[in-house]
Amino acid sequence: MPLLEIRNLRVEFDTAKGPFRALDGVDYTVDAGEVLAIVGESGSGKSVAMLAVMGLLPDSATITADKMEFEGRDLRTLSPKAHRKVIGKEISMIFQEPIASLNPCFTVGFQLGETLKTHMGLKGKQVRERVIELLTAVGIPDPEGRISAFPHQMSGGQCQRVMIAMAIACSPKLLIADEPTTALDVTIQKQILDLLVKLQQESGMGLIMITHDMGVVAETADRVIVQYKGRKMEEADVLSLFESPQNPYTKALLSALPENATGDRLPTVGDFAEAGGF
Amino acid sequence: MSDVILKVCDVYRTYDLKGGMFKKASTLTAVKGVSFDVERGSTLAVVGESGCGKSTLARMLTMIDAQSSGSIEIDGLPIDISTTGISKEMRQKVQIVFQNPYGSLNPRQKIGHVLEEPLLLNTDMPAAERRDLALEMLDKVGLQPEHYGRYPHMFSGGQRQRIAIARAIMMKPKLLVLDEPVSALDLSVQAQILNLLADLQDEMGLTYVFISHDLSVVRYIADKVMVMYFGEVVEYGTRDEVFSNPQHDYTKTLFAATPRADIESIRKRLAAKAA
Repeated sequence: MPLLEIRNLRVEFDTAKGPFRALDGVDYTVDAGEVLAIVGESGSGKSVAMLAVMGLLPDSATITADKMEFEGRDLRTLSPKAHRKVIGKEISMIFQEPIASLNPCFTVGFQLGETLKTHMGLKGKQVRERVIELLTAVGIPDPEGRISAFPHQMSGGQCQRVMIAMAIACSPKLLIADEPTTALDVTIQKQILDLLVKLQQESGMGLIMITHDMGVVAETADRVIVQYKGRKMEEADVLSLFESPQNPYTKALLSALPENATGDRLPTVGDFAEAGGF
Repeated sequence: MSDVILKVCDVYRTYDLKGGMFKKASTLTAVKGVSFDVERGSTLAVVGESGCGKSTLARMLTMIDAQSSGSIEIDGLPIDISTTGISKEMRQKVQIVFQNPYGSLNPRQKIGHVLEEPLLLNTDMPAAERRDLALEMLDKVGLQPEHYGRYPHMFSGGQRQRIAIARAIMMKPKLLVLDEPVSALDLSVQAQILNLLADLQDEMGLTYVFISHDLSVVRYIADKVMVMYFGEVVEYGTRDEVFSNPQHDYTKTLFAATPRADIESIRKRLAAKAA
């Protein structure tokens, strides 16, 4: 049984001009211990799908799916209370802007502890000990001192480490990372990606990487889903995707990488759209 | 002698940090003794992580900020705005394109006005000519004449970056400073903008100072590469020199950290994982 199985997911938003379909019948499956990358440009619906799983979409969104199961439990029929127990504990998520994701009014230690108190029922000293343990696990220097630091006193890379610590605090079975390194420097990006992959391999959790960066895909993923305008273009394991992309859009995306440039001009997706008809 | 358009010699920029009740006043040196020159019609890429002083350098080149010491010369014209101020002539030499096309356009200004404003402020060109020039530039960056009367929110990120580029070339500058112009854009749009920049360089003989942290873009676009680290230049050379034989440790770290999307490295990673 796969960890997360979604069939024919559709998401529509009510807008002043009538309903807008952000996601049009896409299937996702993730197994435990697998790294799935969802790639696409802005507007491809890559984040929307995972926000739907987390129940984080606004009221204007209508979500329909033939199947939406996490470990055999139907996420669609779960009561809000039961759903809250799953998200944050068994499925957790990290976002693009680490500094904006943390509350500026509370210390890092308090925010981490909150997760532990809510989901794990830890109290007092236990919380502090576990927080220090988590901060050490994500490689924050001087964790005991950092526990009382506020987010603005830390760098972007460190804030993202704290977000990761928070996400793995309850040993989730599935971690969703939505563009976790887009706002970070290349050297820090490398550290964060290595950390995510290391944690994933140690704990055997499923990891979904949402990204638009083909480099990040190549460095982390086992399997890749390429999305464009709310539809799935291609799904393949990482090696065959880069070696022999089948879909014209994937081909276009790969040849638009500056490192693959052969001539003076970079081919753009538009050049392929006419020929490929997507 | 080669034709040097931008000459920067031993430039420093220090900022005074105010002290408080518990903190002594101190100075922060953002740029420490940077020297380089750029030939006409070529592209210099400046690489480095956040806080390394690359944007401070851009601000000094575009006369937003004055250097603390050292000399900057653009097209034979010495730039030192703290002593001489800025003349209209200096303004016409250099223009800048910023990273975030959502933040760099005034939401209440129509595109036509956005494009004409530099001319309005710096030249005596009559309105009809300004309008003609704005339409010409729209066409040059791949937009339509009907975009003239629209507002920024009606455009996508890539289109906005085209507008920002059009605004920058309205004054027919010699030098264009591009501060991370494609890092906020999608891969396919990034390719379009890079192509546009290459076309404009050929057509108008522009010189670019291209600030970026994305080494794959730098490798594609640059003639010369300068790597900055904590305000200092740690590596400076032609693209091939720097990429094939990096000297400084930081440059090597940077190259090692850049994600690789070639099949060989994916194979290696998967093999390492399986083991």
